[in-house]
Amino acid sequence: MPSVLILGATAGIGRALAAEFASHKYDLVLAGRDLEELQALSADLYLRHGVSARAQSFDVLNFEGMESALTTCLAPAGDSLEGAVLSVGYLGDQETARNDLHEARRILDTNFTGSVMALNVLAKHFEQKRKGFICALSSVAGDRGRESNYLYGSAKGGLTTYLQGLRNRLHHVGVRVITVKPGFVDTRMTYGRPKLFLLAPPEAVARSIYNAVQRGKNVVYVPWYWRVIMLMVRTIPEGLFKRLHT
Amino acid sequence: MKPLIIGFTTQPLSGWGRYPVQSCHIFRPEKRSEVTATLESGLQHSYISRGLGRSYGDAALNDHAGVIWHVLLNRFLSFDSSSGVLECEGGVSLAEIIQYFLPRGWFLPVTPGTKFVTVGGAIATDIHGKNHHKEGSFSNFVRDFRLLIPGGEVLLCSRTMNAPVFWATVGGMGLTGVILSARLQLRRVVSAYVWVDFQKARNLEEALATMEESDERYQYSVAWIDGLATGKALGRGVLMRGNHAVAADLPARVRNPLAAPVGSQWNLSFDFPSGTLNRLTVKGFNTAYYALHRNLTRQLVSFEKFFYPLDAILQWNRMYGRHGFVQYQIALPQASGREGLRAILDRLARSGRASFLAVLKRFGDAGPGLLSFPLRGYTLALDIPVARGLIPFLHELDRMTLDHGGRIYLAKDAVLRAEDFAAMYPQLEPFRVIQRKLDPQGLLSSSLARRLAIVETHV
Repeated sequence: MPSVLILGATAGIGRALAAEFASHKYDLVLAGRDLEELQALSADLYLRHGVSARAQSFDVLNFEGMESALTTCLAPAGDSLEGAVLSVGYLGDQETARNDLHEARRILDTNFTGSVMALNVLAKHFEQKRKGFICALSSVAGDRGRESNYLYGSAKGGLTTYLQGLRNRLHHVGVRVITVKPGFVDTRMTYGRPKLFLLAPPEAVARSIYNAVQRGKNVVYVPWYWRVIMLMVRTIPEGLFKRLHT
Repeated sequence: MKPLIIGFTTQPLSGWGRYPVQSCHIFRPEKRSEVTATLESGLQHSYISRGLGRSYGDAALNDHAGVIWHVLLNRFLSFDSSSGVLECEGGVSLAEIIQYFLPRGWFLPVTPGTKFVTVGGAIATDIHGKNHHKEGSFSNFVRDFRLLIPGGEVLLCSRTMNAPVFWATVGGMGLTGVILSARLQLRRVVSAYVWVDFQKARNLEEALATMEESDERYQYSVAWIDGLATGKALGRGVLMRGNHAVAADLPARVRNPLAAPVGSQWNLSFDFPSGTLNRLTVKGFNTAYYALHRNLTRQLVSFEKFFYPLDAILQWNRMYGRHGFVQYQIALPQASGREGLRAILDRLARSGRASFLAVLKRFGDAGPGLLSFPLRGYTLALDIPVARGLIPFLHELDRMTLDHGGRIYLAKDAVLRAEDFAAMYPQLEPFRVIQRKLDPQGLLSSSLARRLAIVETHV
């Protein structure tokens, strides 16, 4: 049976993705910080879908242990591993981050540095195999920096650019790189936050991502209409944008 | 150190009966550690757990306080396919259990009239089904559960471990702690069908006599009673009693006996007439319903239609606002049951507030749950139209129930008064003692708990 690695499987989109891949009979390697939760998730997916799921420790902020953590995730899966998904994100508190450098650092490290380092390791693995896919969750927030979440947005923006380069490099060896840009998704990241709209259920987002992976898309906005929204947002001249409250 | 941002939404919330509606602060933990963090966060005065919100009143509401919504705490944890013991989180629904385990030949030994209840909710209200006279309530098939109590400790509760807490939690309306997970004993079945005998009863006497005489032959027994019939026809209805079908009972064309059928073209089934609810008046419906049923034996009915006939209808019906009715369910002891049922049905019929379908079942012995509802005798569930003077009328019925030694089902209640409740549930004080020991700070509370004075009102 084919298998897939999901980094960040404990919560939100990652968790929904695990269920989505399992429903299509993929075996799973589920990686995250909370091993007990991942084990519960593994047991659940096995009982529902009959797929085997392995829980592994992974922390995107643990730079020192990144390489070995990922090796532990990747190596045992062997040749059946079709690809990997990086579903990691930290929205944080922009207000706090303006004054608290630790919070700022955390937002940047989770969404950019740590993510990129993980992707670097994944890239090496799949490049050697000369096949497979790497899918990473960026965000529409990365399309334009705006007042209310530019720390998060800039980190994700950087991630998007990195993924472009990675796509370019890995195309030559037959490995696909998929950038996913969700809008607002109904997960712990957004739950209880005010002024949100078009909140997408994580199951629907997971289904779109699964389809995008299968069809070899490059960049997917989820739901699709965010592509249109962000196109419009991007075309607003800077002189005007800076005057708005975004 | 990981900063945990605990989000919550503030929304008007209600039970299935849409009354009352209260503003609650709803938390939606995704993992076990988030439940503990929520209880310790100090963000709200108190919290109550909520599953699928199928209780009718305010059992899963907490006015201007915290509600812990278990929708994402719904994993299956383990299953022993030789013994049929399933371990799952409290937010798993009976519908999911059926979906994944009926095809493997396992069913729920006790199931209520809707499958959209969570395991946690089933334990907290100690639900019963059409087989209480033989099998008792849901808790009879709960091996143990893990209860998170204020302070962060997780107690493993069973009949032998922390037994007092076990029996306080069974029927305890979520007030002893948060049920994180439970182990359930499922039952082996060989098909997704039940064969049913339909029998008309011309009045209450006949319904009760028939049930008492031959219920022994049936695993499941229920009577649909015409709540509008008066005089000699008081309590007339249709008895529907059945047993699980074995493969030999099924027609040859059924290739997979455990597969739930999509339609029921070949069944002379108990087809709840979905269209008619709209077209006929309530009185006309009842009369027609009674008249249309003939005495039929060994009719094959799918489990869906037999156990959950209203799920399909009420799903949309209630979504479009079944504001018209409140649910009222009582249990009456064997000794005064006949007289009590007669009195209440009569009072109802004469009041002009008649319900269109009343459901009558027999109860076997009460279980040890301190606040558990069933007691040996009968149970009657009614839909009473919302109209002027409804609440005083319900209080009058409460008094009649109390006078006959009976009690109200908390899962359906929204208006019972604290003093009546205390009189109906003699184990209230022992329950309070255990509850206070588990929760000295009063972190666990609900609108129902305060209305019935089970816990103290918070400041």
